Amino acid sequence: MPYHFSVNLSLYIHIPFCVRKCLYCDFASSELPGVTHEEYVAAVVREMESRAKDLPEPAKTETMYIGGGTPSLLAPQLVEQLISAAQNHYHLAADAEITLEANPGTVTAESLAGYRSAGVNRLSIGVQSMDDAMLAILGRIHTAQQAREAVAIARQAGFDNIGIDLIHSLPGQTLDHWEQTLHDALALAPEHISVYGLTIEDGTPFAAMAESGEIALPAGDDSATMFEMAIALLPASSYEHYEIANFARPGRRSRHNQVYWRRGNYLGFGASAHSFLRAPGFGKRWSNTPDIGEFCRAGSSPHTGEDVEHLTKQDAMGESLFLGLRMLEGIDPEDFRNEYGESIDEAFPGVLDRHTGNGLLHKIGPRIALTGRGILLANLVFADFA
Amino acid sequence: MSQEIIRNFSIIAHIDHGKSTLADRLLEYTGALTAREMQDQFLDKMDLERERGITIKAQTVRLNYKADNGKEYILNLIDTPGHVDFTYEVSRSLAACEGGLLVVDASQGVEAQTLANVYLALDINLEVFPVLNKIDLPAAEPERVIQEIEDIIGIDAHDAVLASAKEGIGTREILEEIVKKIPPPKGNLDAPLKALLFDSWYDQYQGVIILVRIIDGTLKKGDKIQLMSTNRAYEALKVGVFAPVMREVPSLSVGEVGFIIAGIKDVADAKVGDTVTLLHRQCSQPLEGFKEVKPMVFSGLYPIDTAQYEQLRDALAKLKLNDSSFSYEPETSVALGFGFRCGFLGLLHMEIIQERLEREFSLDLITTAPTVVYRVHRTDSSMIEIESAAKMPEPQHIDYMEEPFILAHIHVPNDFVGPVLALCVEKRGVQREIKYLTPTRVMIIYELPLNEIVLDFYDRLKSISKGYASLDYEHLDFRQSDLVRMNIMINGEVVDALSLIVHKEKAYYRGRALVSKMKELISRQMFEVAIQAAIGNKVIARETVKALRKDVLAKCYGGDITRKRKLLEKQKEGKKRMKNVGNVELPQEAFLAILKVED
Repeated sequence: MPYHFSVNLSLYIHIPFCVRKCLYCDFASSELPGVTHEEYVAAVVREMESRAKDLPEPAKTETMYIGGGTPSLLAPQLVEQLISAAQNHYHLAADAEITLEANPGTVTAESLAGYRSAGVNRLSIGVQSMDDAMLAILGRIHTAQQAREAVAIARQAGFDNIGIDLIHSLPGQTLDHWEQTLHDALALAPEHISVYGLTIEDGTPFAAMAESGEIALPAGDDSATMFEMAIALLPASSYEHYEIANFARPGRRSRHNQVYWRRGNYLGFGASAHSFLRAPGFGKRWSNTPDIGEFCRAGSSPHTGEDVEHLTKQDAMGESLFLGLRMLEGIDPEDFRNEYGESIDEAFPGVLDRHTGNGLLHKIGPRIALTGRGILLANLVFADFA
Repeated sequence: MSQEIIRNFSIIAHIDHGKSTLADRLLEYTGALTAREMQDQFLDKMDLERERGITIKAQTVRLNYKADNGKEYILNLIDTPGHVDFTYEVSRSLAACEGGLLVVDASQGVEAQTLANVYLALDINLEVFPVLNKIDLPAAEPERVIQEIEDIIGIDAHDAVLASAKEGIGTREILEEIVKKIPPPKGNLDAPLKALLFDSWYDQYQGVIILVRIIDGTLKKGDKIQLMSTNRAYEALKVGVFAPVMREVPSLSVGEVGFIIAGIKDVADAKVGDTVTLLHRQCSQPLEGFKEVKPMVFSGLYPIDTAQYEQLRDALAKLKLNDSSFSYEPETSVALGFGFRCGFLGLLHMEIIQERLEREFSLDLITTAPTVVYRVHRTDSSMIEIESAAKMPEPQHIDYMEEPFILAHIHVPNDFVGPVLALCVEKRGVQREIKYLTPTRVMIIYELPLNEIVLDFYDRLKSISKGYASLDYEHLDFRQSDLVRMNIMINGEVVDALSLIVHKEKAYYRGRALVSKMKELISRQMFEVAIQAAIGNKVIARETVKALRKDVLAKCYGGDITRKRKLLEKQKEGKKRMKNVGNVELPQEAFLAILKVED
């Protein structure tokens, strides 16, 4: 076996409940799931218990992320059950980062205080926009004012590590709207800001609306400009642009997200949750059923094993590069060689030179990273590693 | 066998008016195939034919039918190919018949595609009788359609058979009409053998198989035969019929339709329209109407992946085995590398060959814009024929040039005469005649340059006439013409595979339209792409594809890296189908952009 099982682990818990599904969302989530929150959490806890046995050796859990859906619909004691299960079965480190995603329309001072005392130490608040018209178009259940209040009560509840999400290139959005949203978001003074361009996913109401002309997305160049505005404005307010879509105050990067980009181990629990282990071989990826009812009925083994993807060396090398390069500090070619026994140029002949030549990659000391233009055109580089 | 009991017929129908289903019903009814044996739509054998609903190769099938009058008949159904590119082949298949069924969809009425073939049939005095199909549909309007057939085609349709091939309605009536209305074949049993070769194809086990209709005399197994256009002699090793599977018979005599296997190695030696006779007892005259079929439209075929060159060469050789009307020879392009210059009967023929190469041989190809053969008279008084713009000499070496003209017959309802005339004028046509065949039906005869036809004439004609115009054409002559070579430059470099020969007066307009179409087809990429059209050193049109600014997946998908990787793999696959010219990625369609230009 080329690699030893790493003892560091991250946990992802998927909470597929929503008050109302957003019009652009294609994640597993439901307004009418047919199971209660208690039943669902019990099923997740069962899964956590049973899969702990499968780990080749005891793992120390460094990060835990409760995402969704809308995890902030859960009562604090249910969140506590999830964290306890992680402590009991996955050696949750004392200084572990424990994030909960929260929708501003669902939180109260009590619930946030409850999450905090359950052990949650980081909130990721789905602000998305600071413009009520845009929020309505997205089908969000909250207003910009509610987002402000959510951050304020989170502070009161003792959260000192708050991230927010923003989405640009929304239907009808202008450059001015977006700039205003960025300024309003900065005024919330979060520790972390994620910035995404809206993508229209097949099967969502937005896909049908875009098809019929009911919504019109900003032109391609405006979308590029909006992203550039975020890249210019946020660092000017001391947010480090550390990953393509992520900005953080010093020391406040999302530890959990970095596990994805660095190919760390993570186990996903709950409907549709994805897992990755670096061993055996070059690693394996799999996911649970997206069907909530099926997940709950499946009891302790929600994934059948049929969809396990065992990665080849080529897959793993490609992933190391297209995931690693998402981090703006880039990758160290020596690390790559140490891990795979060959150089990047041997594995992907000519690709580094080509993209260095055309200005998408550059060297920073021993490391190789995306350039400013490379950040916006990253897929052109990444596709060559796929 | 008595000629009196033979009926040779073909089915003339629009693409989806149910020809194949009707043929299936006839086979089923006469017991040629049991329902269980029926592979749907027996006649169209190739996948491509089935998908496009067109027949490329003719097929025949022999049916035994006991008529109401108590007599046993032999009915030979001769299927015809169906497109303007194959007009000659259609005419030879029809020449093997005495009659035809005109099948019209009772809910749709007469469609344009049918017309050209009906006229071909009427021109050679076939007995044509109408069948209204799909009579079971709620939208069927038999009376309107009968009137339409009489008005547009001018044949008596009041006693048209009402049928539904799908439901099996009217099958017996059709068979009875075939027996009653279509005359038995004429011809002299005692005369020397004279047979019409109306199709041939290559079989890897038996060599070339030819389909014949015996016009006079008898052909027996073992006879020494001669093909009159080449004077080559062969031995008829096997003779037989398709019933519907191949079945050998001892002989074929006057009026019969069947196959001959005679050890012919190359389909090019078994030319459609040729006359088969006996080596030692020859008929005095070959049959009329024989033509050497020559490719008229040329384009370059190049593998996108240059490593596929050998595969492409082998694939072309295989296709050529079965299609003598198509030609190829090696060609080199600076932009595209090694490929072949191929000759086709027309645009559809070109598309079919290209599609077969991609599908049956898994090749990814670039097809360059179709062109015709030009004659270049050089200043040193020599003349060369060129079928690619790349071969056009420098202007100072050209005395004058000639281009091929055709005589086009366009049948069109009178409502569309105006737009069709305007199109012919725009395409540099010279009017010969406008004939009112009926008060509503017009035949427009024009002399037109073939290079206008191969670009988009047919599509334009169809669209301005709502599909009602039909076109067939024959070659006329070469005429002196003011032609220039137009180059297309990508980021300042001439891309030889995009060069084309155009009429000087049209060059400016064409150039502008072409670069703007290319701008649509070339996706934004890392760097700005300048597209220019130039004649000599003079740039006549320019467009710019702006540099791509953003192409990045930001979303994390909750740790779903597999999905991210799949998206990137898809993007990479897309790139593989692009041709890199310099540092610009050109899609396959860019090389055929000239066909997509709206004038």
